[in-house]
Amino acid sequence: MFGDYSLGDLGAIFAMQGFAGLILFSVYVLMALGLAVIFGQMGVINMAHGEFMILGAYVTYLCSTFFQTHLPGLFGIYFFVAMILAFLASGALGMIVEWTLIRHLYKRPLDTLLATWGLSLILQQSYRTIFGAREVGVELPSWLIGSVQVTDTIEVPINGLFVMAITTLITVGVGLLMYRSRFGQQVRAVMQNRPMAGAVGIDTEKVDRYTFGLGCGIAGIAGSAFTMIGSTGPTSGQLYIVDTFLIVVFGGAASLLGTIASAFSISQTQSTLEFFLSGSTAKVLTLLAVVGILMVRPQGLFTLKVRR
Amino acid sequence: MAADNEHGPHSALRRKLLMGLASIPAMAMMPRSAFAAAPPTSAVNTTGLAVTDTEVTVGILHSATGTMAISETGSIQAEKLAIAQINEMGGVLGRKIKVIQEDGASDWPTFAEKAKKLLVNDHCAAVMGCWTSASRKAALPVFEQYNGLLYYPTFYEGLEQSKNVIYTGQEATQQILESLNWVTKEKGAKTFFFIGSDYIWPRTSNKIARKHIENVLKTKVVGEEYFPLGHTQFNSVINKIKLTKPDVIFTDVVGGSNVAFYKQLKAAGIDLSKQTLLTISVTEDEIDGIGGDNIAGAYSCMKYFQSLKNANNEKFVAAFHKMWGEKTVIGDVTQAAYLGPFLWKMACEKAGSFDVDKVVAASPDIEFKEAPEGYVKIHPNHHLWSKTRVAKALPSGQFEIVYESPALIEPNPFPKGYQ
Repeated sequence: MFGDYSLGDLGAIFAMQGFAGLILFSVYVLMALGLAVIFGQMGVINMAHGEFMILGAYVTYLCSTFFQTHLPGLFGIYFFVAMILAFLASGALGMIVEWTLIRHLYKRPLDTLLATWGLSLILQQSYRTIFGAREVGVELPSWLIGSVQVTDTIEVPINGLFVMAITTLITVGVGLLMYRSRFGQQVRAVMQNRPMAGAVGIDTEKVDRYTFGLGCGIAGIAGSAFTMIGSTGPTSGQLYIVDTFLIVVFGGAASLLGTIASAFSISQTQSTLEFFLSGSTAKVLTLLAVVGILMVRPQGLFTLKVRR
Repeated sequence: MAADNEHGPHSALRRKLLMGLASIPAMAMMPRSAFAAAPPTSAVNTTGLAVTDTEVTVGILHSATGTMAISETGSIQAEKLAIAQINEMGGVLGRKIKVIQEDGASDWPTFAEKAKKLLVNDHCAAVMGCWTSASRKAALPVFEQYNGLLYYPTFYEGLEQSKNVIYTGQEATQQILESLNWVTKEKGAKTFFFIGSDYIWPRTSNKIARKHIENVLKTKVVGEEYFPLGHTQFNSVINKIKLTKPDVIFTDVVGGSNVAFYKQLKAAGIDLSKQTLLTISVTEDEIDGIGGDNIAGAYSCMKYFQSLKNANNEKFVAAFHKMWGEKTVIGDVTQAAYLGPFLWKMACEKAGSFDVDKVVAASPDIEFKEAPEGYVKIHPNHHLWSKTRVAKALPSGQFEIVYESPALIEPNPFPKGYQ
């Protein structure tokens, strides 16, 4: 397939392919970060993660229509407002769900799987009732559309770069919050030893609620960002859930660094294979590799050393 | 699985009970049959269908919930509109149509189960329904076993012909060949790149397209790619397109992937006003989700577009908007679904009966001159003669028709040399 191309052309294609891999990496990290917080730190299997993402997407959709009709002058910056609102909306819903549903199930981790799956069905049907069964189109401000011309032949999509920037920002933010703040210390303490954390005066219930809310809020931001590259419909969340779990489990559930490493390796494998083979084959080979590695290393790439 | 075993005897008993109950109102009505101007029920219904002196029952079987609700909602709306219009005109053989709607819930076994319910419990004279090929394949054995009648609206891959199904959408050759000829002639296309979702319809359609390109047009397919349903990342394949520089990108990507594909294509700087893209999977319904700006300039190939200019279509669009709201768009399948009830009505009237065998026998060569798409005729192979149109997507979300096949195209579900 490379026979007729000059070295320059090939160089350009490989550079663009590199960017494609990096963009996929950012998308995966953004997708998985919220779940890494919830599943990794709290051990809750949140099957409704995709639906929390889509809530963020719908908030973005509402924002875009609101700005278009009422504040057309500020349309250029609506996306930032939308992302903040998406975080708040998904986070608030997350905290409500934690309070009404999840907190009764901490001692029965497998039941959270069923409960949150049911929740995901309820949310999907609610979206369908409120927003209609058809997908909605989210208008983007003009500066997010198109690509940057790096050289004559190399073009990089702007929204890809935007996703990369958001991902970096949020990952650093979550990292700082988890490993440098008092809240993060409490979260990790509760995760490692709940009774002991309670004994030293940490309000474990409150920590749980905020952690779950944080994870869902990040999902909301991810959903908001994905309106640029994907679809927004009642069941769009389902498109992400499998990849998301794959990344978190492969990375080692309790490790943020593991999530990043796993997103990186899976995205690079996927995008390279997709380029040289076909789409479906690439997916099959990637999944096979993941299954193979998990058989040898069931705990995932990175594990936290905890005294049990 | 245990639930299934428990289910057996109960449901048989229930069925008997229901049948008994159902016959009570029918018996009560018998003496009153004298005043109806319509032919007597005993004459038009010899096989125990749900037909009374004033009513005939028809089923609607689509997904109102689940993934496919996105697409199937339009079909449900069109069928209800058609039935409402038929009832206004006085019904079929003097009987108003009563609708029983069931939800296939985007789950193929549910389609089979609900089809059985509609035929065995409700004795529907006809069923308008199914959307994906998978749901049709699941329900087909039920229709054949209980001798039901299904009107199936979606354009599909062909390779099927059942006595119990009338296919009101196009089969693959009708949709594809004409558009490939057009793109070759108009755009001088020499090389094609295929991108599809990975299931039977895109694979079969692309196979037909490839045969036509290689054997008839004598041009070349430079790439063929399939992605799992729900795939959302297309940057790698877009790079591949940039590398191979095909004259035409030929796509049959569906669902959420469709939206992601066009958004990323646009973001990657592929300008559809310069790069020809021909799709067989984008109607007005899909553009709603994709966004008109993202797909403007692409060519879609269907038998019907909302913007079609003829008196039938203007009436249809106005009636549709009056019933379902001004903003609702009408895609190819929605229009095909609208044909179903009318074709059934005409077949019943030609046969003078609701009996499935007689209606099926009367169906070939039935013409529907008021069809929004212009004119259709049922072929003896149960598909429709129809025209194929190529249209360019506009930023508004509508299409501008640029080509229409001069004559009706004969349906050919088992094309020789294309398999």
